[in-house]
Amino acid sequence: MTTAEITAPAPGPVSDEPSLLTRARWAISDTLIITKRGLLVWMRVPAYIVFTVIQPVMFVLLFRYVFGGAIPVSTPGGYVNFLMPGIIAQTAAFACFGTAIALAQELQKGVIDRLRSMPMARSAVLSGRLVADSLRMLVTILIIVAVGYAVGFRFLNGFGPAVAMIALATLFGIAFCVIAAFTGLAIGDEESVQAFGLIWLFPLTFVSSAFVPISSMPGWLQAFAYHQPVTQVVDAMRALALGGPQYPLEPSLWQSFAWLAGIFIVFIPLAVRAYRRAS
Amino acid sequence: MTDNGSGPAILVEGLTKSFGEVHALRGIDLSVPQGTVLGVLGPNGAGKTTAVRILTTLLLPDGGRALVEGRDVVREAAAVRRLIGLSGQSAAIQEELTGRENLDMIGRLYHLRKADARTRAVELLDQFGLTDAADRPAKTFSGGMQRRLDLAASLVGRPRVLFLDEPTTGLDPRSRLGMWDTIRSLVATGTTILLTTQYLDEADELADEIVVIDHGQVIAAGTAEELKSRVGGDVLEFAVPDRTRCADGVAAIAKVGEGEPHFDDETGVISVGVGGRGSDALIEAVRELDNAGVHTQGLALRRPSLDDVFLALTGHAAEDETSGKPKRGRRQGKKDQAKQDAKVSS
Repeated sequence: MTTAEITAPAPGPVSDEPSLLTRARWAISDTLIITKRGLLVWMRVPAYIVFTVIQPVMFVLLFRYVFGGAIPVSTPGGYVNFLMPGIIAQTAAFACFGTAIALAQELQKGVIDRLRSMPMARSAVLSGRLVADSLRMLVTILIIVAVGYAVGFRFLNGFGPAVAMIALATLFGIAFCVIAAFTGLAIGDEESVQAFGLIWLFPLTFVSSAFVPISSMPGWLQAFAYHQPVTQVVDAMRALALGGPQYPLEPSLWQSFAWLAGIFIVFIPLAVRAYRRAS
Repeated sequence: MTDNGSGPAILVEGLTKSFGEVHALRGIDLSVPQGTVLGVLGPNGAGKTTAVRILTTLLLPDGGRALVEGRDVVREAAAVRRLIGLSGQSAAIQEELTGRENLDMIGRLYHLRKADARTRAVELLDQFGLTDAADRPAKTFSGGMQRRLDLAASLVGRPRVLFLDEPTTGLDPRSRLGMWDTIRSLVATGTTILLTTQYLDEADELADEIVVIDHGQVIAAGTAEELKSRVGGDVLEFAVPDRTRCADGVAAIAKVGEGEPHFDDETGVISVGVGGRGSDALIEAVRELDNAGVHTQGLALRRPSLDDVFLALTGHAAEDETSGKPKRGRRQGKKDQAKQDAKVSS
């Protein structure tokens, strides 16, 4: 290796604190750089793409053609129309695995230490990660919608509500990514993070209205299924996608917003704190 | 305020940090003059990494204070971050991205203009011999290349003070020597460096000053030479191939040495401090051993190694608290020495 000439560091004078405006500009540009990094990594690793795209497609096919026939629903257009909002919500929720695992890996490898020791915006590592993961999630959701259309799913409530459904699913996914960011940084070990993710995500997504009508569950389970965010979000998404008297928007929409607001209020400070103390 | 003048590049006073019941730092003091290398030497768990994490604004101290270029690492953390570079124990690089992309991204996060970040990346890739591999994903790099890329990343912001936390841990011997060359060339440019290591020879090779840390306290400080003189001058050392005669060898040499001779059961090596009497002691030892009729191998006078220093200061070898990782502790060092001596035995 050549080590002959390493240029002098030529240290410049230390400028005093940059202005608020400069710092705001840096916060945005730093976030975009971290976002770009996240998306590049996603595109370079085939396993991530398989996990994020192929897996939900398999769920669509599994429930549409294997389980679907055994699940009686009175939804206009049949079970596939009942199913798709649920699958999309599950896809959005599972996107947070990527967030937690990536942060835990970066913590283990010392990447977070390096970034925290640099004069970059403190918020950018988390916000850039969330923006990248949200974009990734949005792409996945659009692919799932397309696959849904191929197997018979149709939006029945017009274009605007359809867009609103996708927006709600994305917002829901971001909320779960914030929870995952906290768990990833707080636990800091890839395998444990993955195992822990299954423990809280599986009950929330499967014991909900995502795949089956809640009325088909035993009473004690219904109580849990009704009072958790996935059911509220899926019900609101179904109302936006399908409309009609069978799927009213209220109260599930405002309950969804209440849940999401609660998650953001609790978990954003926790994630930020975990990032600051990460070691 | 912005000009630190001729003050120390790093100043640490009474720094303490505990994690629950574990007292990682029990009040350490350091002062590193500009443009010099401080070697922080100690076994795993001695508190080296904790000190580096505090100095690089990653961890808040419980007590005491630490200044980098006159800036307080707690109250002026943002200013400190503009002055430092950090290269940790593992390669903190994004393995899916290429070498060039990694450095380019770091440059952009230092708020260099796009073109400047690109130029800086090219410069550093060239300086670290990574130009040919620049556009390959970093995960295809060898361990040594990854660490070089990591070190390059820590230099993107042209730091005045560079923190290297065990820069050669886990590297094979050849990569390790390469890393030493790289660090020496950085020193030549006037960068102040704080280097932690558990390799005694590494501190000896690279550092102007060495502090020895054990259990969160500085137990010794000085140049490598000063620390070695703490052991008490030169060491006379030889092996006795006939193990039944070892006791006679010890008895014979006891008259020559200043202290009790030390006999290593495992290697059959006998050593004794002879102070400043050097060659006189050597001649005397040859005579005494000859009189006693003890045949020896590799009789030699040597300067004490940092291995000897660590043993003298702490009462235990540097490897005692470590586990698993391959490292060259005192005992291993002695075996190597014995082997070398055996080759030139008379």
